[in-house]
Amino acid sequence: MSAEAARKVRAAIVDDEDLARQVLREYLTPHSDIEIVAECANGFEAVKAVAELKPDLVFLDIQMPKLDGFEVLELLDPSPAIIFVTAHDNHAIRAFEVHAVDYLLKPVGVDRFEAALARVKERLAANAANQSQPRASAAELAAAARQPAQYVDRIPVREGTSVVIIPAAKLDYVEAQDDYVALVSQGKKHLKQQTISSIEAALDPSRFLRIHRSYIVNLERVARVEPYGKDSYVAVLADRVQLPVSRAGYSRLRAFLDR
Amino acid sequence: MHPILGQFRRMVLYLVAWIPLAALLAFLLDTTHAIGLRESLALAFPLCFVYAFVCLSAWYPCRVTPLEHTNLSKFLVTHLSGAVVATALWILAGRLLVIELAESSSFRGLDHRYTAEIPLLVGTGILFYLLSVAFYYILLGIEASRDAEARLLQASMLAREAELRALKAQVNPHFLFNSLNSISALTGSDPSKAREMCILLGDFLRRTLGLGEKTAIPLSDELSLIHAFLAVEKIRFGARLNMVENVDPGALNMNIPPLLLQPLVENAVAHGIANLIDGGCIRLDVALRDGDLSILVENTFDPEAPLRRRNGVGLANVRQRLEARYGNRAKFGAEAAGTSFRVALEFPAEREARLP
Repeated sequence: MSAEAARKVRAAIVDDEDLARQVLREYLTPHSDIEIVAECANGFEAVKAVAELKPDLVFLDIQMPKLDGFEVLELLDPSPAIIFVTAHDNHAIRAFEVHAVDYLLKPVGVDRFEAALARVKERLAANAANQSQPRASAAELAAAARQPAQYVDRIPVREGTSVVIIPAAKLDYVEAQDDYVALVSQGKKHLKQQTISSIEAALDPSRFLRIHRSYIVNLERVARVEPYGKDSYVAVLADRVQLPVSRAGYSRLRAFLDR
Repeated sequence: MHPILGQFRRMVLYLVAWIPLAALLAFLLDTTHAIGLRESLALAFPLCFVYAFVCLSAWYPCRVTPLEHTNLSKFLVTHLSGAVVATALWILAGRLLVIELAESSSFRGLDHRYTAEIPLLVGTGILFYLLSVAFYYILLGIEASRDAEARLLQASMLAREAELRALKAQVNPHFLFNSLNSISALTGSDPSKAREMCILLGDFLRRTLGLGEKTAIPLSDELSLIHAFLAVEKIRFGARLNMVENVDPGALNMNIPPLLLQPLVENAVAHGIANLIDGGCIRLDVALRDGDLSILVENTFDPEAPLRRRNGVGLANVRQRLEARYGNRAKFGAEAAGTSFRVALEFPAEREARLP
């Protein structure tokens, strides 16, 4: 790899419409320092391409089938610089919260596009300089940047280069493991880089309860709650799994059951 | 709510209306020669005053036996028994009054002569009661017609509101932005296609102009609108968008509300096709059966995709418009069956344009 090629910015374009990708392709043509390494027609392809090719920059559409742009971002870790490209202007605030570099509205004009590219180059240069500082994972931010009172009914999880979508109804419980959480669904564990508190905020509190510092349980799975030892309790699920319940968790559980 | 009781002005008017009735009664009593004019007057006016209040109660049986929904026997039984009870009360009141009056010197012996008047009193009692019944039915009729007028006004307001909303949803900005973006792409790679798309888009927008003011358009016009819309979307989605159409040729010049079907097709694209990675198919069936139009809009969709609220608003809009315009002669159903989403409409086919 020549020194010149090493300095090229690697970009991926993600949009379900071929014509929309074409516009960006065309605008990138005069930029010889930017190389298009992937074009993806949906979120699954995007996650795979980013995991395998590790681009520096991704042009990301928001309204896409199956996985929308923000869900894709949740699964990109480490996350490249993101430019959202969309016809909808109502996601701008959320885009800001996930620290996207820019937000382009369709139809995309060349001047606005050039301005976005300039910001990307600035951001990439700044990142290179601040390599030592830990950045908040964009995936964490994406997962946390949700409109208030809008609970998720599914959680996307990346496993290698593929994506698994766990419907909330099939989520049995969540277990905290350092920086990750394990999402247990139908006997299988899926790891996701997110804090248990931010998952708690995203799940519907009438269906999911934080019973312990490290555990959130799907209330429909709880068969019974038994005392355990002198002062604590344990929640027994339908499939015999036992989860510890803290004192605070127990009072929350009681409050819910009494309703 | 009793129309007279409880409202002072109406009560006064009502009692004043009984004065001629009392005079009539006095006259009748007098003509029987059993009692004199002075006595007739002394009897008639207080009695009618009392009876005015008794007849107020005729309202209640009238209200529970509305003319259109009551069979004849129930009607007769209700009101005749009411008349009998009221008259009995009246005769009793009359006897009490007469006994009181007979105590004074000017009315000596009245209580004996009263008995001769009873048949007349019974006759007039029943007559006055039935007059009250008729009066209350008239009042109920006026109220009903006022209600019907109000409901008609509301229905037409609702329909107009719904048309406006349909039209607003029509000029869907996101559809425009996406289309313009596609045209922008084509100007670089396929200029003649770009031009074609501009024209298709313009054609579609032109067709939607002025539709909101019309109360009905021929089905063929609505279909042209849908075709124009899909022609634009086909360029965006390419092979992902497929359409199958089955239209009964006899239905083509039937009149339907404007912008009734196009939003359903737009929903099918936005919530069905756009959410499927490999796209899908939209199906439109229009049949004409026994004077009713039977329309089906079906599309493949992803049952696991999160439901977006706009879908519900569009469907509720269509249901509301059908109800406001055709009442219970229209049927509407929307359901998901596996990987298909089906919207089925049925409503009377109209040949002539409806009068607004």
